[in-house]
Order: sequence, then C-alpha cells, then structure tokens
Amino acid sequence: MKFSEKVMSAKREPLKALESKILQVNLGYKCNMSCKHCHVSGGPNQTQIMDRKTAESVLQIFVNNPFETLDLTGGAPELNPSFRMLVAEARKAGRNVIARTNLTIFFEKTMEDLAEFYRDQRVELVASLPYYLEDSVDRVRGSGTYKKSRATLKKLNNLGYGMGSPGLPLSLVYNPQGMFLAPPQRTLEIEYKRELQERFGISFTHLYTFANMPVGRFKDFLSRTNNLDKYMEKLASAFNPATLDGVMCRYIVNVGWDGRLFDCDFNQVLGLTTSSDVPHHIDQFDYRAFIGRRITVDDHCYGCTAGQGSS
Amino acid sequence: MFYSEEECCMTEYYKAEDLDKFGDVGKHNPELFKKFIDWYTASLEPGKLTKREKVLIGVGVAHVIQCPYCIDAYTKSCLEEGMSLEHITEAVHVASAIRGGASLIHTLQAHNSVDRNSL
Repeated sequence: MKFSEKVMSAKREPLKALESKILQVNLGYKCNMSCKHCHVSGGPNQTQIMDRKTAESVLQIFVNNPFETLDLTGGAPELNPSFRMLVAEARKAGRNVIARTNLTIFFEKTMEDLAEFYRDQRVELVASLPYYLEDSVDRVRGSGTYKKSRATLKKLNNLGYGMGSPGLPLSLVYNPQGMFLAPPQRTLEIEYKRELQERFGISFTHLYTFANMPVGRFKDFLSRTNNLDKYMEKLASAFNPATLDGVMCRYIVNVGWDGRLFDCDFNQVLGLTTSSDVPHHIDQFDYRAFIGRRITVDDHCYGCTAGQGSS
Repeated sequence: MFYSEEECCMTEYYKAEDLDKFGDVGKHNPELFKKFIDWYTASLEPGKLTKREKVLIGVGVAHVIQCPYCIDAYTKSCLEEGMSLEHITEAVHVASAIRGGASLIHTLQAHNSVDRNSL
C-alpha cells in the first residue's frame, strides 16, 4: 500500500502541517566525510552550497517570522561561509540555534575555534555517532572517525556541553549500520550513556535513534545489493500510526541550499517540493500560508513511521 | 555431476531466500503450523524477560543448533535491539560453553564404564 493511502486509512485525512516552529536549513551537501548512510550523499566533492544572498534571505525570513529555532544541517553546515553569520544573527535575535554536526569537522583547517564558537553562541548540538563502538562507527563513516569523534566529545564536555550546563545540550544520533531498524531509543540511550561514560568519561544529553531513509547513498546501497524492495517492505510492515502526530514535517519548514522549500530534508533530496498551494521558494515565503499545508509524501516516508518513529 | 563443498552444502541445501518461505511449512498441516507460530510468537513477546534478552538467548541457541536460518534471523534481531558483534559473541560463547560442558560431563560416563569393565 502506498504511504499516502496508509495515512488516509489511519487518519482519515492527509498529513497536514501545524504551525512551524522550526526553520530547518540545509546549507549544502559539501562535507569533509562520505558516510555510507548519508541521505544527501554528502562529500568533499559536492558543489551544491547555499550562496550568501540566499543565506541572507533565509535569515530575514527567520527573524521576521515567529520561528523559535533555526536548525542548520548539511553536508557539514560549518563548511558554508555563511554559517557563522547565520548562527550569530539568529542568536542576536534571541532565537535557538541547532547545529547538526558530524564531530570530525572540528579537525579541519579553520575550524580550530569551532567548539568555543558553539559554546559562546550557546548553540544546541546534535551530533552523529551511529554507535558507541569503534568498528561499527568506522565501518559506516570511514576509518579514524571514531577516534576523532571521541576527542571532540571530550573537548565539548570540557567546555560544558552535555554536562547539564544550561544552554549547552549535546545530543547524539544513532542510526542502524545496515538495513535493519533502530532499537528502542530509551533502552539504547541508557546503554550509550553507560558505555561512553565507563570507557571514556564522555557525557551527553539525549540519544536520538533514526531509521536509515531509503534515499541518497543508503538507497544506492540497497539497490546495489538487491535489497531495496525488502527494506521497503520492512519499513512498511513496521508502520506505526501513533507516530503520525509527531513526524517532524508537521512542525518544520525545510529550505534547500538553493532556496527551494520542502517539508523535510529527505523530500529535498528527492526534489519533492512543498504542495502546490504554497510557495516553493523563500523569495515568495509566506508564514501563514504554510500552516495547515498538505505535506508532500511518498513511500520513503515509511522510514519516519516505522516502529517508534524517526522524527 | 560433481559439486564443490560450498555448492553442495550451502547452495543446494541452505538457501537464504528460503527463510522468507517459512510459511510454506504450514501448507500440508496448517492447524499444527498455526499452533507452532502462535507458540513461537508468544514465546518471544517481552515478559519477565525483555525482547533484548530473548533475542540474545535466540542467537546463542541458533549457534548451538547450527541453524543458518536462525543465525541470520537472530543476528538481525540483535542488531535491531541495538546490540553488536560484541554482544552476539558473548552470547555464543555462553551457549557454546554449555554445549562444551555437556560433552565434557559425559567423560564421567567413560569413567563409569572403565570402572564397570575393569578389574
């Protein structure tokens, strides 16, 4: 059954957005890493990157509308030359900023002061760490990733991140290292906390467990190994209608690196823009028009509604 | 026709895709198969033991009975419960050690036999 039909049978109406509190902005697909599960197929050679003019438009839309949080993602969002401007201006406007960071970017040239910048700006960090063991992390994200991630987490802890200090939350993101579903978030969070504390004295705030979306590089892997249909069946059979109220697309507006508007980052990669009755580009953005809009869905959306959900 | 060992034992007899056809086992006696499935499903539901504990038992048993289908299925279940090869390996050692102990304890049978058959 198609996802749209599944939603109709569960809710008796299409999936619709509520008032958006979060403006999620993808600053581009350029990244210092090339993780096997990356839904944007990010990497050092990617050229899609948000230009200054678009970044300034994003900022205007953000501060001129009742968004509470600016959620910056990529690629590695820090590689965009407008990244620090966006963070600083959003914070100056008194809003929250979330940065989705890969933990290894801190070792790149010109990023030596990144951790202190984050601390000074009180940026909420959401960091990718697909597992607490070295083999598992390096297999998905590349050799040496785990050691760098560990060193960054220690540094962030030393600056107060993830230690209970107000304004310095540090959350980690688990994702399966293959074509299986994520375990229960709460159980794994307890284990992550125990293992990282006992092994390295590392603390963090929350763990989020996400399913791998059948999009981008992970979809390439599924197709290459003839497992795409099987994985889609697995996601569909794990459909949980209780997750529909909490899926992130209902609470965010997503801006692509080129200024186009989407319901989520996955739709962005697939080129599935917002529904036809609302603007498709930030140049025509209208906050009120986005409330109650019909969410653009396709079968990849099963990834956000499988089991406990992934938003 | 000659087969290599791998062709003979893995390709001919054990096919990964057969795991998805487990339901076919019920074709010739659906009532009994349904009883089995109901029992199997109920056994794996979380109770006093968590799902995680149950799939760890499953992966240990799967290795001891050397069932490739079960090993595949329960390894995936372990991964979906957030476990790694570290957890799986520990469980397999527990199961294998019990299996090893079960063999060793039978040495006493040999001792007894020696006693019975000796002057």
